[in-house]
Amino acid sequence: MSDVAVHEADHGTHGHTTSTGLSNNKVAMWLFLGSECLLFGGLISTYMLYRGRVSEGPRPGNVFDIPFTSVSSFILLMSSLTMVLAVSAAQNRDDRGTTLWLTITALLGATFVGGQVYEFTAMYNEGLGFTTSLFGSSFYTLTGFHGVHVTVGIIMLMSLVGIIKRSTIPGDKAEVVELIGLYWHFVDVIWIIIFTLVYLIPA
Amino acid sequence: MAIIERPVTTQGVEIALPATPSRAQGGFKRPVATTGWKSWLFTVDHKKLGIMYGVMAMFFFILGGLEAVLIRLQLAAPNGKVLSASVYNQMFTMHATTMVFLFVMPMAAAFANYFIPLQIGARDVAFPRMNAFGFWCILGAGIFINLSWFFGGAADGGWFMYAPNSGPIFSPSHGVDFWALGLQIAGIASLTGAINLIVTVLNMRAPGMSLMKMPVFTWLQLVVQFLLLFAVPVITVALFLLSFQRNFGATFFDVSAGADPLLWQHLFWIFGHPEVYILILPSFGIISEVLPVFSKKPLFGYPFVVFSGAAIGFVGWGVWAHHMFASGLGPVSVAVFSISTMAIAIPTGVKIVNWTLTLWGGKLRFTAAMHFAIGLIVLFTIGGLSGVTHSVAPSDTQQTDTYYIVAHFHYVLFGGAVFGIFSGFYYWWPKMFGKTLNEKLGKANFWLMVIGMNMTFGPMHILGLQGQPRRMYQWTEARAGEGFFNLAFWNQIASIGSLILTLGIFLFIVNVIKTTRSKERAPLDPWDARTLEWMTSSPPKEHNFDVIPNVHHLDEFFHRKYEQDPVTHEYKQIATAEEILADQEAHADKHIHMPSPSYWPIVLAATLPIITIGVIYSIPVAIVGGIFLVLAMFGWALEPSTAPETDFDPPASEESTKELTPLV
Repeated sequence: MSDVAVHEADHGTHGHTTSTGLSNNKVAMWLFLGSECLLFGGLISTYMLYRGRVSEGPRPGNVFDIPFTSVSSFILLMSSLTMVLAVSAAQNRDDRGTTLWLTITALLGATFVGGQVYEFTAMYNEGLGFTTSLFGSSFYTLTGFHGVHVTVGIIMLMSLVGIIKRSTIPGDKAEVVELIGLYWHFVDVIWIIIFTLVYLIPA
Repeated sequence: MAIIERPVTTQGVEIALPATPSRAQGGFKRPVATTGWKSWLFTVDHKKLGIMYGVMAMFFFILGGLEAVLIRLQLAAPNGKVLSASVYNQMFTMHATTMVFLFVMPMAAAFANYFIPLQIGARDVAFPRMNAFGFWCILGAGIFINLSWFFGGAADGGWFMYAPNSGPIFSPSHGVDFWALGLQIAGIASLTGAINLIVTVLNMRAPGMSLMKMPVFTWLQLVVQFLLLFAVPVITVALFLLSFQRNFGATFFDVSAGADPLLWQHLFWIFGHPEVYILILPSFGIISEVLPVFSKKPLFGYPFVVFSGAAIGFVGWGVWAHHMFASGLGPVSVAVFSISTMAIAIPTGVKIVNWTLTLWGGKLRFTAAMHFAIGLIVLFTIGGLSGVTHSVAPSDTQQTDTYYIVAHFHYVLFGGAVFGIFSGFYYWWPKMFGKTLNEKLGKANFWLMVIGMNMTFGPMHILGLQGQPRRMYQWTEARAGEGFFNLAFWNQIASIGSLILTLGIFLFIVNVIKTTRSKERAPLDPWDARTLEWMTSSPPKEHNFDVIPNVHHLDEFFHRKYEQDPVTHEYKQIATAEEILADQEAHADKHIHMPSPSYWPIVLAATLPIITIGVIYSIPVAIVGGIFLVLAMFGWALEPSTAPETDFDPPASEESTKELTPLV
């Protein structure tokens, strides 16, 4: 739904200021992210409840490749840095820089998702299917939801690159870049929590 | 969003420019119809959407009401044969689902959509297309959930759908799948609506309207939208887990696979208890508008009503486990939730006192709207008191899953939420349609509903304490008992009551038809009202206000009509509503920007049921639906925020050319 929120029209902000001074789109994005916290809260709670419940198949400690996931986590965190550079370039009305950094951000995000696909495949080959155990179901649900969020973010970043290339006014979409940046950072922060709780703290 | 320039002449007569798109935008040409069915289908006008929400909710109210009557007919006599056990299970599940998700919530959304922008002096909501999208989602969800009746049977696990009843063994039909996926779509509607309305209230208030000068209805709706914002994602998680279990073989709620059945209960009620306040607070807001107007006094203790509403919003998150006292949570949890549940009665009690003291010493006018508002105070208080008896955990274990619970929540939801909604109908009908509902029929409507509801739900206290379980599909003469407390007598009374209630609702429909046919126009300010929505024509113009008002007071409209004498402190009328409106029209804004209609909301919303049908029956269909969803999102996003000049017809005459200024 974030797509809708981001690209919703400027109605109400054009021509006159808002009561809070913040643009409608920005307030909407913050509210949406607040709502997302509860979504991941529910998923994380489910995982924490079920991570020790392994009737068959591998246990959490046996399937995680922590060095590998640490590297892909680092790549995702670096994408937050490139996102900041994209926002900064957009605010300086530097369309070339914006599209460059957005593309790099999307590539880093895609690397992370690729790593997740590799990791899921490896785990599946080790005998952890979606329905193998409650641990498996809740693990794939939680990390899968996060992966979908990153993927949606990549689609938004690439769409934004296309839109900026088509637009004639430089810096026109600066606020949209900022909003997608908010979403992107949020998804990264959620991953820090998931990585700590799922991978680093032993079950 | 396109901008249609609406030149306004000094007489206040609008000349709507005909606008025909000459080229495709975002895939489609823009819809331009201003009359006929197309103007409704593609509208983004918050008032039209409000009416559409209302009509839809009313339809589902009647549907859910018929389901309730069937339930009562089944229980009217021993060994009821009206419904089979299986159909009975579907009936009570769908009755509750329909009333909660497809009647009270959309009806609250109807009032919120229609009146929040008017009450805060705005011309529309912050995201008009998203507003339309929300309506089409909830309509799609309602149709989708009810389709299950024709595809092997509806959901039958009760509205809170506890495991293992929700699992494939106890509920083998696709009913629960339809239910879970349909509620997901309804959740999208609630979430987009909540974001939209919060942004509208925070950002689009008229100049001078600080938060503490906002009408109480808008305030309490703001609290409701925050509750929705944070409660909906929790049920979203629960429904996803349920769908994964039923459709993809996971075992989240399967006890035999080692799952914890309490997980669903916690997730459901963390959503479900805030949901209770989501249902009741809009009605509290409505009567907080109605009582002052018909008492000719300001609301007693406005800040207390506002802050107690916010307090309910906060404390409402800490009471959910009182729905689970019988599930063996352990003494500490039970004690904590017991105390927090008693505590939440306090802010509610504050409101009751405030309303009562608003009436105190007022010049009361007993209109139909006032009847319903006072009815709410009395009936909700009865339901609130039985609620306090649930908070006492030992007594609750006696009451859990009996008719006593059914009595309690019908007193607060029917006596509370529904009476508030009806109060709103009678109060705001002249504003929405320019015609006043018949008062005589309205009072008959009220008394039939009061008698019917007390006859239906009052005896359920006795039935429940005597041990009649909730959701029992038959009772037998042999076990009904004897004397004053025998179950047969009180079941029959309840069933007769439900028919009287039906008659009351029927009178309302008669009233609506009669009023719609009548030629008599309502006066501009029929109730001598106090808030901004009455400061425009009835029904309001498309752009709501000719001039965005500058707000100086709480109850701004009242203060424009009346002035306090500095010596006697008496209020004297200084202007009529007609004079204020004429003054506005004389100083009308020259260029009013209104969002233009769009195809995308209905197109995007229509892809969702395709996906959910695909999830149940065939994954490729879901994938096709998903592709359409993404395409529709792109179409929506690429629809330009300002319509190019080519979207407009060349001006018909010289005069209107002058009024056309370059677009933003």
